[in-house]
Amino acid sequence: MSAILIIEQILNGLQFGVMLFLMAAGLTLIFGVMGLINLAHGSLYMVGAFAAAAVAGWTGSFLLGLAAALAAAALAGAIIEMVVIRRLYSAAHLDQVLATFALILIFSEGTRWVFGSFPLFLDIPEALSGPVTLPGGIQYPLYRLALIAIGLAVAVGLWALIERTRIGIQIRAGENDREMIGALGVDISKLYTLVFALGAGLAGLSGALVGAIQSVQVGMGEPVLILAFVVIVIGGIGSIRGAFVGALLVGLTDTLGGVFLPELFAVFMETSAAQKSGSALASMSIYILMGLVLIWRPTGLFGARI
Amino acid sequence: MSFLKVENLTAFYGSSQALFGVDLSVDEGEVVALMGRNGMGKSTTVKAICRLIRSKGVLTLGGDNLHGLPSFKVARIGVGLVPEGRRCFADLTVRENLLAAAKSGPWTLSRVGELFPRLGERSEQRARSLSGGEQQMLAIGRALMTNPRLLILDEATEGLAPLMRQEIWDAIRHLKQETGVAILLIDKSVRELSAISDRAVILERGKTVWTGAIEDLTADVTAKYVGV
Repeated sequence: MSAILIIEQILNGLQFGVMLFLMAAGLTLIFGVMGLINLAHGSLYMVGAFAAAAVAGWTGSFLLGLAAALAAAALAGAIIEMVVIRRLYSAAHLDQVLATFALILIFSEGTRWVFGSFPLFLDIPEALSGPVTLPGGIQYPLYRLALIAIGLAVAVGLWALIERTRIGIQIRAGENDREMIGALGVDISKLYTLVFALGAGLAGLSGALVGAIQSVQVGMGEPVLILAFVVIVIGGIGSIRGAFVGALLVGLTDTLGGVFLPELFAVFMETSAAQKSGSALASMSIYILMGLVLIWRPTGLFGARI
Repeated sequence: MSFLKVENLTAFYGSSQALFGVDLSVDEGEVVALMGRNGMGKSTTVKAICRLIRSKGVLTLGGDNLHGLPSFKVARIGVGLVPEGRRCFADLTVRENLLAAAKSGPWTLSRVGELFPRLGERSEQRARSLSGGEQQMLAIGRALMTNPRLLILDEATEGLAPLMRQEIWDAIRHLKQETGVAILLIDKSVRELSAISDRAVILERGKTVWTGAIEDLTADVTAKYVGV
């Protein structure tokens, strides 16, 4: 096992982690601020990917595709917030789950209806294609490095928005006491639409960015959604910082586990058995991680202490 | 014409009626004490004015009908609420609490800092780490930052040490003398209320039972309705 392989896999894990963060940030923000469990967050990821694939295919510009992803997902988010989600804030979590599950079905079938059942492909832009040579002679895909950079930049931007702007103060005040911030003159429903659209836009952006290295198809959002839930439970529901740390932990655990656990098992097992049990354990690893974190800190790493 | 006008206000919590006909008015620059025993409808009246609960009857501010307005619009047309229990945003710093709902006007961070020097000193401290009295000052400062025309103080000295109480009363007195903001006051201390208010309104069982100038508020009246 070479150092190059380890570094490569760490970079893969980081790339996966920051993309998970884009998903989880919106999810945790929406849960933290509005108390809403949004199962349809994965649909917004898909909407972003489809919008990017369609617009990039049509105009030939990846950048326009990304802009379209952000805009389409944010718009879809704002619309569902105003039409459906708004009625669910005071509802029980189970009702929210049911209603947002319905949204998944509507988005999935709607997308199938518009784009058909075949996957679309979104090409990596020319300027970012191919490998780069990192210090130490490691060859690594430039696009994946760009994903890491974009993810980190968004994380910093989001942190600045939440911590340093008036809107961010109001969002956090709403998390503390939503009736009070309203009674002081802040239009909560507008703020909620904005937060929802922001979360949706981030999901759409990550769908588009990941869409270029996977295929763009109906149902692509749900596996990511499950991972994003694991991320926010680990990080502490409602905490952006928690989502960031949780996303990197999950990204690294999942990626490194998948590669190194079979190799580790091969030390004391026969290769084919090691391969099997190693990858079985690897696919459980993030859930085991979640379990361990919850035993240690029941509200997650950065969750409010009860 | 009165700035805040409340006439025959009724309100329900679910199916149980809480207000049975509250009459109350506050003129511009006037300080009015809203009195009555616990559970007689004082805080409910405040919630109704701020549109935090639904109510019926006349409810106008500066001629605008408040019925049908969401609570944030009531705040925007000039009602600054210092709620019962303070309700500071616990995870936000003092500065952030003050900025959260700030509206432009004469009240700014530095002016609130002058009124309550303790807040100025603790501007980067989280609200949850403040003492009760400091949180109360923060709740008042936060309401002032919305640059209200009517300030409502619901039990602003409740549960505070005597010294803190005195600071809060001094601040309210300062607001009355220096700013001309109309104030609606709820408090347990009849003595302090009498010293600062222009008029009093007394509620009993969700209904206005006495209203008049503070000079006319005799010991008999307070003994009968306020229980002191």
